[in-house]
Amino acid sequence: MSILSVTGHALVLIGGVFLFISGLGILRMPDVWNRMHAGTKATTLGSLTLLIGLGCLRPPWFPKLIIIGLFIILTNPVSSHALARAVRNVPEEMPDNLICDDMEDGHDT
Amino acid sequence: MHSTISFVVFGLIGLGFILAFIRLLIARTVADRAVALDGATLISANIMVLMAFLMGRSMLLDVALVYALLSFLGVLAIARYLEGGL
Repeated sequence: MSILSVTGHALVLIGGVFLFISGLGILRMPDVWNRMHAGTKATTLGSLTLLIGLGCLRPPWFPKLIIIGLFIILTNPVSSHALARAVRNVPEEMPDNLICDDMEDGHDT
Repeated sequence: MHSTISFVVFGLIGLGFILAFIRLLIARTVADRAVALDGATLISANIMVLMAFLMGRSMLLDVALVYALLSFLGVLAIARYLEGGL
C-alpha cells in the first residue's frame, strides 16, 4: 500500500463527507440564503477534494480530472452569484431581521 | 480496502443527493427550487465521476463534464428568468 493510495483514499473520503454535508445543508437550513451558502461552498470544496483524490488513485486520468476541477472552480461561483442576484428581487425571500441592505436603493455594489 | 472506501463514499454522496432532491420536491418558491437544483446537479456530477472510477471507464468523465456544463447554463437561464430578463 503506497503513500499515493493512502492519500487518495483519504481525500476521496473527505470529499464524500463534504458532499453529504452539502446535501444535508440544502435540506435542513432554514432560509434560502443559508441553503445557497451550503449548496455552493461545501459542494465546491467536496468536488475538488474528490477529484484530486481520484487523480491520486488513478494517475493517467489526472489531466481530465484537473479540467473538470478548473471548470467547477470557474462556474460554481458565477452561477451562485447569478442566483443570489435573482433571489434578491423576490420580496418574500428577504428575512425579517435584516440590518443592512446595500442593494436597497437599486444601485449595484 | 480499495472497493470498501469507494462504495462507502458512493453511499454518502448518494445520500446527499437524495437529501437535496427532497428539498427540490418540497420547496415552496421558485428561487428555493433553483438553489436546490444547483446543488443537486453538482452532487450528481460527482456521482458520475466516482462511477467512472468504480467502472474503470474514462468516457464517463466526459459525460460528467458535459453534464456540469449543461447544469451551469440551466441555472444561469433560471436566474435570468427570475430577474425578469428572459
